[in-house]
Amino acid sequence: MSVTPAAHPEGTEPYEPVFEGHRLEELNRLLARFPNRQAALLPALWIVQRERGWISDPSMAEVAEVLGLTPAYVKGVVTFYTMYHQHPVGRHFVQICTTSPCNLCGAEDVVKTFLKETGAGELGATSVDGRWTVIEVECLGACGFATPILVDDDFIESVTPEKVKEIVRKYL
Amino acid sequence: MGYPHKPHARETVVLSKYFGDAEARSLKGWKKRGGYEMLEKALATDPAAIIEEVKNSGLRGRGGAGFPTGLKWSFMPKEKKKSHYLCVNADESEPGTFKDREIMRWTPHALLEGTVIAAHAIRAEIAYIYIRGEFTEPLAIMEQALAEANAAKLFGNIKVYLHRGAGAYICGEETALMNSIEGKRGNPRIKPPFPAAAGVFGMPTTINNVETLVAVPHILKNGADWYKRLCLSNPKSTGTKLLSVCGHIAQPGNYEITLGFPLKDLLYDLAGGMRPGRTLKACIPGGSSVPMLNREETESTLLDYEGCVEKGTMLGSGGVIVFDDTADMVYQTMRLTRFYAHESCAQCTQCREGTAWTTKILERILAGQGKTSDLDLLLELSENMTGKTICVLSDSCAAPVVSAIKRFRGEFEDYIAGRRKPVLAA
Repeated sequence: MSVTPAAHPEGTEPYEPVFEGHRLEELNRLLARFPNRQAALLPALWIVQRERGWISDPSMAEVAEVLGLTPAYVKGVVTFYTMYHQHPVGRHFVQICTTSPCNLCGAEDVVKTFLKETGAGELGATSVDGRWTVIEVECLGACGFATPILVDDDFIESVTPEKVKEIVRKYL
Repeated sequence: MGYPHKPHARETVVLSKYFGDAEARSLKGWKKRGGYEMLEKALATDPAAIIEEVKNSGLRGRGGAGFPTGLKWSFMPKEKKKSHYLCVNADESEPGTFKDREIMRWTPHALLEGTVIAAHAIRAEIAYIYIRGEFTEPLAIMEQALAEANAAKLFGNIKVYLHRGAGAYICGEETALMNSIEGKRGNPRIKPPFPAAAGVFGMPTTINNVETLVAVPHILKNGADWYKRLCLSNPKSTGTKLLSVCGHIAQPGNYEITLGFPLKDLLYDLAGGMRPGRTLKACIPGGSSVPMLNREETESTLLDYEGCVEKGTMLGSGGVIVFDDTADMVYQTMRLTRFYAHESCAQCTQCREGTAWTTKILERILAGQGKTSDLDLLLELSENMTGKTICVLSDSCAAPVVSAIKRFRGEFEDYIAGRRKPVLAA
């Protein structure tokens, strides 16, 4: 008879550390760039997000431990920077620029089309199938190529509502 | 506008010469195009002589403030008692600006060469290039170029590291950038102490913008006098500048001009003018933090530091945002203040509260619930947000509000009086 393990209450799952083996070596190489350990915090958080998709409280505690900081300090930094996810997001994370220059060129229509085509429905929400999270972001620094978007780490220029369907299909 | 594009005959192509030329990205390709010619020579030159040459060229910081670069370098301690650092500001996030992105995407070695020469000039052992987190492609290209240059051992004893930001406009402010490198929240610091005395890790530091540094090898190669002659108007504004043109314009893109070039010609000639059937209404010439101009002012502005000040605005980072007659100036002003409200680090009360309330009042006006007194209230708020905080983010939010109300007051009054249909839900 097979036993289905009971789901752990949130936050009590056994935590698997990120910084072991080659990832610890990666962090140690980063530490050599700076005169103190704290300076490796932003790069360390990027590694966590790359490996886990988001930065959980236990991950913040681990980073704090590894760099000799307090979990509260690490949380203070994580919450300052908008690119660090403090909760899980869809398999594909779409960031659409809607600041003035892109806004003038129709960025808000791109947002509407993305919300519809991905099934995400509303900004910041994740589609029911878990594939998509769509957010508006402030200036992506490519105003001459309105509307620029980021799908995960892919920077895509000159997106119009007509192109959205094809982009969404590409990432299915 | 994509690349490659044929430069307009009236452009002065120095920094952007290899934009669109993918072969220039590799070390081999860059050397073939004359890259790194000056590096070896510069590393063997006395730092003081390099600083003198850059001072004589008249080069001014291209990130927005326009501070003389050679003078900034000369602030570093004469007697070296501590580690010196160079921080390169590649956190390009000023709405309307997208020039540093193209420099890094197409000519990564140009930035590395300028960085190492500057580090040598200020006697820094380490240079951090701080690239905004969203610039995934420029970062990847810079990583590859740096790996190639390191393998070829081009940089002597100077170490160059790339540091990825994580989404915070304020980290483009130099002291916030240093805090961010130190693994802190990106809160700007109170000055003094200035970075040259106590910068990153408390050590003497210089912070330079990407576009500033890529000009340096050209100055050393062709001489300060050559650079000084690149000047169409005021002798205090020398060299070429990349202007990023965007918004309601036929051919958006980067255009490299000699300082003193007429803004009118940049828009109507180089960038192809307005879209068919449209007329110019307003223009922000230096990135969203500088006051906007109306049509008459735009058409009589010369693009240099003094020419923009003369019209009540600034050259800033050179992000030219164009608004044609279809633009809703009230809505666009709100979009700009929403940007600043989102990006405020929230340290100073005037900024944290001011950017948020400015946005709320503008949203109220756009929802048809504005009051006659709201415009005075916005101006009073803006007054309290100007010159009163640690950094200038708060001032930058006030600039579009004050300049838009001054020039387009009628559009605000139309919403308030109910002559215009609300565009936001109440």
